[in-house]
Amino acid sequence: MNHHKYRLIVPFLAPSIILYGIFVLWPYAQSFYVALTQWQGVSANKKFVGLQNFDKLFHDPFFWNALKHNGEMLVFLPILTIGISLVFATMFTQGGKGIRGSGFYRVVFFFPQVMSVVIIGVLWSFIYNPQIGLLTSTLNKVGLGFIAPSSGWLGDPGWALWMIGLVVVWQAVGFYMVLFVAGMQSIPTTFYEAATLDGANRWTAFWGITLPLMWDNIRVALVYIGIAALDLFTIVDTMTEGQAGPNRATQVLSHYMYESAFTNSQFGYATAIGVTLLALTLLLSVITLRVTQRERLEY
Amino acid sequence: MSIEKSSPPLAEPLLAPPKPVTRTRTRLWSGSSLGANVFAGVSQIFLIVWAIMVIFPFVWMVMTSFKTDQEIFFSPWKLPAALDWHNFTRAWTEASIGRYFLNSIIVVAGSLVLTLLLSSMAAYVLARYEFPGRSIIYYGFLIGLMFPVFLALVPLFFVVRDLHMLSTYQGLILVYAAYSFPFSIFFLTSFFRTLPGEVAEAAIVDGASHYRVFFNIMLPMAKSGIIAIGIFNFLGQWNQFILPLVLNPNESKYLLSQGIAFLAIQQGYQNDWSALFAGLTITTIPTLVVYVIFQRRLESGLTAGALKG
Repeated sequence: MNHHKYRLIVPFLAPSIILYGIFVLWPYAQSFYVALTQWQGVSANKKFVGLQNFDKLFHDPFFWNALKHNGEMLVFLPILTIGISLVFATMFTQGGKGIRGSGFYRVVFFFPQVMSVVIIGVLWSFIYNPQIGLLTSTLNKVGLGFIAPSSGWLGDPGWALWMIGLVVVWQAVGFYMVLFVAGMQSIPTTFYEAATLDGANRWTAFWGITLPLMWDNIRVALVYIGIAALDLFTIVDTMTEGQAGPNRATQVLSHYMYESAFTNSQFGYATAIGVTLLALTLLLSVITLRVTQRERLEY
Repeated sequence: MSIEKSSPPLAEPLLAPPKPVTRTRTRLWSGSSLGANVFAGVSQIFLIVWAIMVIFPFVWMVMTSFKTDQEIFFSPWKLPAALDWHNFTRAWTEASIGRYFLNSIIVVAGSLVLTLLLSSMAAYVLARYEFPGRSIIYYGFLIGLMFPVFLALVPLFFVVRDLHMLSTYQGLILVYAAYSFPFSIFFLTSFFRTLPGEVAEAAIVDGASHYRVFFNIMLPMAKSGIIAIGIFNFLGQWNQFILPLVLNPNESKYLLSQGIAFLAIQQGYQNDWSALFAGLTITTIPTLVVYVIFQRRLESGLTAGALKG
């Protein structure tokens, strides 16, 4: 009967392979070539220019400006997101069932993950709005109104990027909290009980037991967040209404790439930016995994 | 996690009879029970603060969508004087949210059907049959997980344009499905591998064709995995932004996510905030409903995939 299996295998695999090949693999493969061309997109003729695009982006201040913002987010996002998520995950798993109300909090905290980034971006733009928004009016009510920058939270080049970063953290914590809870739940409570007998308190138990045993989860989280920090397209685009922010203060590399392609019609250059971004993402992931490598624990 | 459990932890020999270990939470740590209560209290404060920060923006969003523009401008905190449902009708018709909603439903429904059908077929074959090239095809699909979408955007735009599928339902459906294959096939392949083979083998011995085995036996058995991946894909595709932004330039065909972003920019000129907020609320409702119903499944499915990967 075995030779009959191809009557199933081929029609079952063919449609997805075809679609995937046309819309995913072929564009990705093309991008490596397009990055080496100069192309306005009007005709099919792409002018081969070798590595000129890469040379151009190396000397492009807008490129470095956008990359700098990605870098700032790369530091800001993991610290806040992983920090807060670890704290919550610890609360939700201690003593087996977690602190009172854990079930409720877990459901609620995860909700922002399910929301469209566009909705979140628009909603938080309004919360940040100096006239009608919650943030400024709340600060005014408690007398801290002087903190608010005069051009608005998103209008001030010094504040804008960080305010967007806070929104990313706000959405991301739910996901990493769930990830860490799953990891912590596989640590046997007997470890903590043994530690108590040895005189440990919460603090030492966290650093001595929880953190080392969670280290692989934390590494995975770091890689995911790193990849996200090098993207950030949708949230930035939505919260800056398609512009690049005041003086390009919030532009990130993915957005600059989009702008080069679809606003400036520099498709070759834009793809070169994309290839660079891919290389940076891969490099970052590899470095993160190497730097955080530790011996495997066995117990 | 790479931690391997080899054997149960050995109990240390104690010189004195062991203290009875009580199993209540607060007794776990050395130190006073006052310390434990303070810790519990402070923790609750953090949790409540974060819960407010999560819930309140949405509550504010819904509340504001019932207000008039005047109320929105002058009193962001107050409850609306009356429930202004006209905001919703205005959003639905004049602001075209209704049309965008319909576009999204058509595209996502079509794409979900296509994704689930094709990826379960592919995953089934990859999981349960041996044939030359199987590994290459499997890893070929997985590669799609590693590459960020924005790299493919420019060439993809031209591929779709040359197929005359820009701003069409079918174009979006096909592209959505194609980009959903990596994760769906990855997930469903490992899922199909876990299904027991005896029933299928017995059926084959009885003369059933491979097709019959798939559609009548294996597919029903795989129901929970398919539902999980269906939910996951629904959420991802409903909220998708950058793909339609690039491939769907025609305003009348805008999907909901594009429509909201478009509206947010427009309202800057027209100041019809109330309709915009109503639009936000309308967009949020399907995801809220799906979340509330499927929340448990979503959480467990997500961590299983993320931890294994």
